Amino acid sequence: MAQHDATHAPHDHEHSELGEMELRVRALETVLSEKGYIDPLALDVLIDTYQTRIGPRNGAQVVARAWADPEFHAWLMRDATAAMASLGFSGRQGEHMIAVQNTPQRHNMVVCTLCSCYPWPVLGLPPTWYKSAPYRSRAVREPRAVLAEFGVTLPESTDIRVWDSTAEVRYLVIPQRPAGTDGMSEAELAELVTRDSMIGTGQPRASQFGLPKA
Amino acid sequence: MSYTSHADLGGEPGHGRVEPEPEGDLWHAPWEARAMALTLAMGASGAWNIDMSRSVRETLPDHAALSYYQIWFAALQKLLLARRLLRRAELHRGHSIDAPLPLARTLRAGDVCATLALGSPTLRVASAPPRFALGDRVRMLRHKAMHHTRLPGYVRGKVGTIERMHGAHVFADAHAHGLGEQPQWLYTVTFDAAQLWGEGSGARHAVSVDAWEPYLEACQDEA
Repeated sequence: MAQHDATHAPHDHEHSELGEMELRVRALETVLSEKGYIDPLALDVLIDTYQTRIGPRNGAQVVARAWADPEFHAWLMRDATAAMASLGFSGRQGEHMIAVQNTPQRHNMVVCTLCSCYPWPVLGLPPTWYKSAPYRSRAVREPRAVLAEFGVTLPESTDIRVWDSTAEVRYLVIPQRPAGTDGMSEAELAELVTRDSMIGTGQPRASQFGLPKA
Repeated sequence: MSYTSHADLGGEPGHGRVEPEPEGDLWHAPWEARAMALTLAMGASGAWNIDMSRSVRETLPDHAALSYYQIWFAALQKLLLARRLLRRAELHRGHSIDAPLPLARTLRAGDVCATLALGSPTLRVASAPPRFALGDRVRMLRHKAMHHTRLPGYVRGKVGTIERMHGAHVFADAHAHGLGEQPQWLYTVTFDAAQLWGEGSGARHAVSVDAWEPYLEACQDEA
């Protein structure tokens, strides 16, 4: 039950609908459990794993390492699956990884127009907007308009490259390292890396490090 | 035989604004987390594969009216019922009535981490050399498939360039229908947006899809 508390969301106006789904899911879980098809404790571990252990902070570590270590960056661009596995990030929905590097000339953006394919080992479960019809329909057609809705405006001279993950290859965007971050540690760099910047719908946070206070 | 996917959304007009969401909002109700976990746990049982799951989800008649995890949950029930792993009466009662059928495996709590870390790689040994090479111009199949496919409608009949090669992978179209893995070469094919959406669209970006070899035809002429 601890999991239920941890995932509680206060949507009172949707209570009756959610109540029905809650009952249906519980009924199915009971039946599957009684039949021995599932171990209910495994469900708790799965939920806890994606809440606390497998999420975008993993990807942020990958990006920070790539920013800090040119050899790791080269490995990541050559064989992202192996480079990420060396940091402990591998497996389900990230079995075949490709890292794509943003530059001043080129901005990469990832979508799955057919369902919701997403690099789970490094980003965790996808956010609702990534799975939604507006993002999936529009990212391939009008990426600049979509980026604007995320508050991202790119120079006209920057080419936009959209990767539709239609097979079992998963893509991680490596954003450009922000200016003014020369002396930062990997842990500090990772703090600047947002989930959206690794999907290509955001930019890393600007560094407050070593800059004069505004 | 007819087959309609309700999930092939690329380029479809009429959808509104994207609503960004803060990091960390994974579920909007407790049942969504349980439905996710149930789907993963049953997926690990070996009773079906991920392509079969995707096929069942995308063909749910009320797909457009359901939320994301409602789609997962509806597909999970459908897969279980179709394989007679349970009956509707058991769902209504909320308890098991019949004896269970044997499954290849049950995912135990202690095995979750290792199972996730392993995943299900789809790379296979190729049985033939690739038909295409990097830089080749290729045309995507024009016709609509009457089965599960991973060729999005918006690139059908379009001409693109092979940008990456990924080796031979389990072929989703066959795997989804219980026809085995039938590994095929997988390519990243890149298209100019103007080619996809028309010269008048003003679109200047590039879009790629990952496409198995049977989706591609050689194309020497027209750029």
